[in-house]
Amino acid sequence: MATAPVHQPSGFSFENKLRNDFLVEKGIPLPKATSTGTTIVGCLFKDGIILGADTRATEGPIVADKNCEKIHYITESIRCCGAGTAADTEFTTALISSNMELHGLETGRKPRVVTAMTMLKQYLYRYQGHVGAALVLGGVDATGPQLFTIHPHGSTDKLPYVTMGSGSLAAMAVFESGWKANMEREDALNLVKAAIAAGIFNDLGSGSNIDACIITANHTEMLRNVEMPNQRVQKERDYKFRRGTTAWKKEEVRKLVVDEQVTLLGGGDEMDVS
Amino acid sequence: MPGMVSMTQPIQQSFNPYTENGGTILAIAGADFTVIAGDTRQSEGYSIQTRYAPKVFRLTDKAVLAVNGFAADGNMFVKKVRQRLEWYRHAHAKDMPIRAIARLIQTMLYARRFFPYYVYNILGGIEEDGTGAVYSFDPVGSYEREACRAAGAAQSLVQPFLDNQIYFKNQTPAAGTAFPKHLPLSTVLPLVIDSFTSATERHIEVGDGLEIYVVLARNSTALAGLQSLRGVQEVTGTNDGERVFVIRRDLKKD
Amino acid sequence: MSIMDHNGGSVIAMVGKDCVAIASDLRLGDRALSISSNFQRIFPITDRIYVGLPGLGTDVATLRERFRFRVNMYTIKEEREIEPETFAHLVSSTLYEHRFGPYFIEPVMAGMSKTPSGGYKPFIAATDLIGCLNFAKDFVVAGTASSKLYGVAEGLWEPDLEPEDLFETISQTLLNAADRDAFSGWGAIVHIITKDKIITRTLKGRMD
Repeated sequence: MATAPVHQPSGFSFENKLRNDFLVEKGIPLPKATSTGTTIVGCLFKDGIILGADTRATEGPIVADKNCEKIHYITESIRCCGAGTAADTEFTTALISSNMELHGLETGRKPRVVTAMTMLKQYLYRYQGHVGAALVLGGVDATGPQLFTIHPHGSTDKLPYVTMGSGSLAAMAVFESGWKANMEREDALNLVKAAIAAGIFNDLGSGSNIDACIITANHTEMLRNVEMPNQRVQKERDYKFRRGTTAWKKEEVRKLVVDEQVTLLGGGDEMDVS
Repeated sequence: MPGMVSMTQPIQQSFNPYTENGGTILAIAGADFTVIAGDTRQSEGYSIQTRYAPKVFRLTDKAVLAVNGFAADGNMFVKKVRQRLEWYRHAHAKDMPIRAIARLIQTMLYARRFFPYYVYNILGGIEEDGTGAVYSFDPVGSYEREACRAAGAAQSLVQPFLDNQIYFKNQTPAAGTAFPKHLPLSTVLPLVIDSFTSATERHIEVGDGLEIYVVLARNSTALAGLQSLRGVQEVTGTNDGERVFVIRRDLKKD
Repeated sequence: MSIMDHNGGSVIAMVGKDCVAIASDLRLGDRALSISSNFQRIFPITDRIYVGLPGLGTDVATLRERFRFRVNMYTIKEEREIEPETFAHLVSSTLYEHRFGPYFIEPVMAGMSKTPSGGYKPFIAATDLIGCLNFAKDFVVAGTASSKLYGVAEGLWEPDLEPEDLFETISQTLLNAADRDAFSGWGAIVHIITKDKIITRTLKGRMD
């Protein structure tokens, strides 16, 4: 940054592209980003939509986050589950959420789920699949309950029950055998929980807890960690070290001011400001 | 044109005879016992093939072998080692000593130098002098006797933890004291269990079940503490004096 | 070999009782060749926020300056110090801006954030190289020894450690993980952040 620009243009920066392409050309591959090898689902029921997700984020075979949130806020009555490249799902849904808020302000109406779906698919299509977000979008608007899946290249589906991510087959098996039209809220929630659990236990890319979100015409209920079937058991030993176990060479202590008391000195010594 | 095979250009066909089936094994030697453990999950890619596929096998009353890597090769290798040990028994009317089994495994692995068994082996048991022993191998037979070793998918997660807790690496003892050279079984077993629960938390291919084999030397002092343990089962086969036990535990299934 | 392994190095941050700690090794290498045993990878952002930048050395220098610039702009515009949560989002958006030509850095942040009642609360976070945030309640790791750090930390960490106990746990975790990593090591540095002081210690570790 020889000349630091005060005004930064919006959008992606490609300033490192040349350097990174050169490295790829030399045979050094680009490192992989965190991906959510996920199970995410959505299902239509009598009064609305239920979305579900697991909470594991992975970096290859290593679990990077044991309890992440994959159900993202779009508007008060629209939510979106994300699978694929974690950063892409996070930022894409945040961007569309922001634009939906502005759209609502501009039109003076509650924005519809198809609007969010169209914004998302047009955004993803523009990036030709390079923004790796696979989404399940659901909500209730003036036209009733709506449920969509959006693929990274921008294609969309509209179905009464959907699954995505690496655990999608396990979850879909549960839906295919258990889903019925016009289910009660309780039955639908149990079906969504069973679908996510199938992903958690049968797909290595999914794990930890179950998140769910119930969206009806006048209420949205976010059920963070409704089920926690994978709590770690008590360790067999405790591993606290004796103080002084680690040898160190040099220490530096910096004291910080936590609170200060200002006391004015003297009575008539103030500066003459007349 | 998709789907049409060009007649002019040669097509390279390839077949990969190996797969990686995940899981982790580990062994720790004590003064008069050895612990050999492995999880029981067998996976391929993101799928679980089975939640119970043993990776640890009793060879004799003084030797237990843990195999990890390509499961088909592992099972076949254990079968062939057991066959050689049986021939030895017929020829010599006794069980092969563990250091001899170690050398046998080396020659068996190196015999396949250019089409190897894709397997990491850890052999644990009791030496002829009654001490606990762990031998670890690479897929082509390079081996070493050690006090502790982890191998498999979560080797990189477990081994540094063991360095710290078994060898006391990077720890300075309190003034006037020294770290013990060998740990008692009552310390080793919790360490083994915690190693596996930790690996299960952070590695997707580790989980489902845990099988811990304990080999005790003749008149081992660890016997009393072991028999009071939950879910312990004796699998000793002879009256030679060494005794083998298995402890089974559940691991998380996600 | 990945570009992330080119210069080596690892960072870890842990939460304790009313304190946080962040630690890093001090190696800078050129692939397998060690160049420096005093390469600082952890930088102070405010009095109570530290950031660790494991990854490509050139990007450590670039991002450090970029963060300094953006934090200064924030401080001038807002006329207040940046909070750790806000800084985490600043880091995240800076990295995601370079989504299609990333910096090869996986930042780790540790700090104490102000609560509405005037107290302080421990905060740690990490992101991947394109800015996906990971807020953990226990510990976060990054760098060439990350898988080793995950394994050891998962074994050694326990909740509510006092500052001095947290120092032992984070130091032991880092030292033992780095000793099993060819690209990390050559000394280490630990910062323990509490509400009223910051203790910085240079550790004695293997130099091979």
